[in-house]
Amino acid sequence: MNIPWLTALMVLPLVGSIITLALPRSRPQVVKAWALIVALATLGLTIAMALEFQADATAPFQFTESYPWIPAFGISYSVGVDGIGLVLVALATVLVPVVILAGWNDVDDQATKGYFALLLVLEALMVGVFSATDVFLFYVFFEVMLVPVYFLIGRYGGAGRTRAAVKFLLYSLVGGLLMLAALIGLYVVSAQQLGQGTFDFLALVGLDIDPNMQKVLFLGFFIAFAIKAPLWPFHTWLPDAAKESTPATAILLIGVLDKVGTFGMIRYLLPIFPAASDFYAPLVIALAVIGILYGALVALGQTDMKRLFAYSSMSHFGFIALGIFVFTLQGGSGSTVYMLAHGLSTAAVFITAGYLMQRNGGSSLISDYGGVNKVAPVLAGFFLFAAMSSLALPGLASFVGEFLVLVGTFIRYWWVAAIATIGIVITAAYALRLYQKVATGPTAPSLEGLPDLTAREKLPLAVVVVLTLAIGFFPGPVLEVVNPAVERTLEVVGVPAPDIPQAAPSGGEAP
Amino acid sequence: MNEMMPTPEIDYLPLLPMIIVAAAAVIGVIVEAFAPRRARRPLQLVLAFGSLIGAFAALVWQSGVRSTEVEGAVVIDGPSVILQGIVLLLAIVAALLISERTLDPAGDAFAPRASALPGSEDERQFTSRGYLQTEVWPLFLFSVLGMMLFPAANNLLVMFVALEVMSLPLYLLAGMARRRRLLSQEAALKYFILGAFSSAFFLFGSALTYGYAGTIQFSGIAEALTAQPGRSALLVGGLALIGVGMLFKIGAVPFHQWVPDVYQGSPSPITAFMAAAVKVAAIGALLRVLYVAFGGIRWDWQFMLWVIAGLTMLVGSIVAISQSDIKRMLAYSSIAQAGFILVGVSAASQAGLDASLFYLIAYGFTTMGTFAVVSLVRDSTGEATKISQWAGLGRKSPVLATCFAIFMLALAGIPLTSGFVGKFLVFEAALAADAIVVVLIGVLASIIAAFFYVRVIVVMFFSDPPEDGPSVVIPSAATTLALAISVAVTVILGVLPQPVLDLIEQAGVFLG
Repeated sequence: MNIPWLTALMVLPLVGSIITLALPRSRPQVVKAWALIVALATLGLTIAMALEFQADATAPFQFTESYPWIPAFGISYSVGVDGIGLVLVALATVLVPVVILAGWNDVDDQATKGYFALLLVLEALMVGVFSATDVFLFYVFFEVMLVPVYFLIGRYGGAGRTRAAVKFLLYSLVGGLLMLAALIGLYVVSAQQLGQGTFDFLALVGLDIDPNMQKVLFLGFFIAFAIKAPLWPFHTWLPDAAKESTPATAILLIGVLDKVGTFGMIRYLLPIFPAASDFYAPLVIALAVIGILYGALVALGQTDMKRLFAYSSMSHFGFIALGIFVFTLQGGSGSTVYMLAHGLSTAAVFITAGYLMQRNGGSSLISDYGGVNKVAPVLAGFFLFAAMSSLALPGLASFVGEFLVLVGTFIRYWWVAAIATIGIVITAAYALRLYQKVATGPTAPSLEGLPDLTAREKLPLAVVVVLTLAIGFFPGPVLEVVNPAVERTLEVVGVPAPDIPQAAPSGGEAP
Repeated sequence: MNEMMPTPEIDYLPLLPMIIVAAAAVIGVIVEAFAPRRARRPLQLVLAFGSLIGAFAALVWQSGVRSTEVEGAVVIDGPSVILQGIVLLLAIVAALLISERTLDPAGDAFAPRASALPGSEDERQFTSRGYLQTEVWPLFLFSVLGMMLFPAANNLLVMFVALEVMSLPLYLLAGMARRRRLLSQEAALKYFILGAFSSAFFLFGSALTYGYAGTIQFSGIAEALTAQPGRSALLVGGLALIGVGMLFKIGAVPFHQWVPDVYQGSPSPITAFMAAAVKVAAIGALLRVLYVAFGGIRWDWQFMLWVIAGLTMLVGSIVAISQSDIKRMLAYSSIAQAGFILVGVSAASQAGLDASLFYLIAYGFTTMGTFAVVSLVRDSTGEATKISQWAGLGRKSPVLATCFAIFMLALAGIPLTSGFVGKFLVFEAALAADAIVVVLIGVLASIIAAFFYVRVIVVMFFSDPPEDGPSVVIPSAATTLALAISVAVTVILGVLPQPVLDLIEQAGVFLG
């Protein structure tokens, strides 16, 4: 009971990263193998922790640890996870070994050490950001995470990497500063109400903040999260960052890091600022729906695979934000499942895209491809699976999330759900069109004799495929873990559930 | 009239830190006069570092003492011990910078003969013969002595003496730059004339206050305030003039005009020392005057201080944006920082005192570090202080640029640096004193300030280096150590501030 699970989950990759740096530069294979071992050990630890998780516990957070850090400001090192946090921690720790394996040859031998060390540092920080229960600690992880990502993009990416990294950094810094200002405002409010200021999440949830104050503070946090999870119109950094990153970086950036934004909305915005969340919900829903349609339409017009995936992700983030701000159990749970599913589908698309690019001189232009299914049927097959996962084919994890979000939206605002559904149609169009151009038709000259996937390349994809199918067909366990946390959040928001019979997701039990 | 002056009973031990520095300064003068040229530098270095470290050791040894000494002229209490400690530590770092002799190909940062006319044949001769002077050391030590006495003075006259002991050597030191001597001499003259004015204000204010209270002892003034409630022109005038004198030294708006010129013209090690240590001493003294002597009429000065703090933060931050010279930008930044400290002072509470003390530690070391970096970025004409020349520094010297970036983030008040904790404390203290408007102005000024601090980082890391850009000189161990100390303090106070916060809290209150 008293095992410091979450701290161990951070310390393990961190120590692993430091040891990585001490390994000899001349032996890149050793470095990679070591990084993989560390990532797998972290994953093992996560699984062991997840088995201990009590889905029906009454305490809001489990595996909690708390040590005073700066008592003068009521800041403590406090960690703990609820169902939502657990799912995202698990996503992060699953994807890191996957991308290490998939990105085995992403960088030169010279750069191997730094690259894999940064990936492991990032893993530790991702665990931290999803498990912090002190808002200041969350902020620190939120900001410090920028450093490894900045270097991962700026050092190891494509030709325009420097610019993309700077753009990413500046956007994030602006959001971070706004959040800091709001955070301090929150501290002041807590000091006024409790006598001694605090950053403890549960104490802050318990505050009774003046609605007008809430509206101001909400914006500070919201803009930071909306930049992170990019919602329209805060998204313009994402396509550049995705295009210039290595596939591994792109997967962690879009698949996990951007989830910090949507995670922040459901974990922090809704419970701490219930009145403001209610007030701003129409605005956020509007931005989300615009994002769904705009992202999908722009994706339709992309000539570059990676940029297409970036815009497609933006469209999916619209769904996630939508599910959170309709304040229904189905919406909230659906969003959380969608976060998980989107992480997996992002991994699938970027891994297959990375394999394709490695075989075609690093080009990510769609027009450079064609007829892959004739020369490399396995690769093309996985590519098809990735495209299907992206368009939320029933039976895949993203379908569960998307469906629940739409159900949750429908019972609150049926017409919003109707508009959002248009996004799904466009998604099907661009995903199928992409598959058609890349995999079918005459084989592009540069792809003649393309080698198919090796065992090392298949393994990470197989893991992703299995997980996607498992959650798609048996979402029950995930929903069981997530639902209590979402219910607790909605209770705080206090918007009554719409009086419509609840719908059950396909393959799952009624939430 | 036949009455003998009573011989003061003096307990020398609590005064030992000041006595050590004073003795070293006097011996330093004798060394300059009698020691052979070649022996002077080693002797001065031993004197300076020996006395500063010795004084700090004595301070720690005597840190438990709380008493008034020399017939109530000097007070040793918690805040004064903390302030003297900060001054001594900052002086040690400054001494490391002053002792640097590898940066300038011609020697050190100081003119070979400060008395030689700029551009004259004499100057050329002295330079070509490679003369290096060591007079800076005794001047420096006298100034440190003044800074130690300033916040420990317990009556207006001792405070005035301390003010002059601190300032006079600085006027000279400001004019001793080896490069751009006319700029340096102009800075010295400006500093001297305006400083003399402000001293006169202080003295006049003291006289008026004496006229009101009949005493120059701070405790006596406080008693007079309770004994004679109600305002008097003498009292308000005295307080205002004393305030002007001190705010001048702090560089608060509207008494700040000298700051950019003096910071730009002075040799960088001296600028670092002035920007950091003078502020510590002057804020310390201001805290004592306002809290101990004039605490009874704080409703009269608190509002004025709010106005001044707000103006200082805004003017410093806004004007800093338009600066193209890094030293001038840092000068305006230090004005803005003075404003933030004054927010803490204006809280007129124990929390305000603690916050100001912490801020001074954080600010002092960060400022030392910034000017240490400035002294390292050079081209053929000396220091390259145009911000545009710093482009691409992050690629040429990543370590140095990272250090500077940390200092910039600290000055901007970003979490995990000392600056954040300092700002947090002063704003919290001000909020507790219901100074909401001042805090809002402070937050606004912080946002404005973040812009120009971050801009330097962007220039260093994200723009291409110019063709004939400056190079970073590899410093000797002295500057490296100074830089390392500054970075370490900036980061440690940001990540783990609690021990220092506890130390300040334990130091407790001013002795009345």
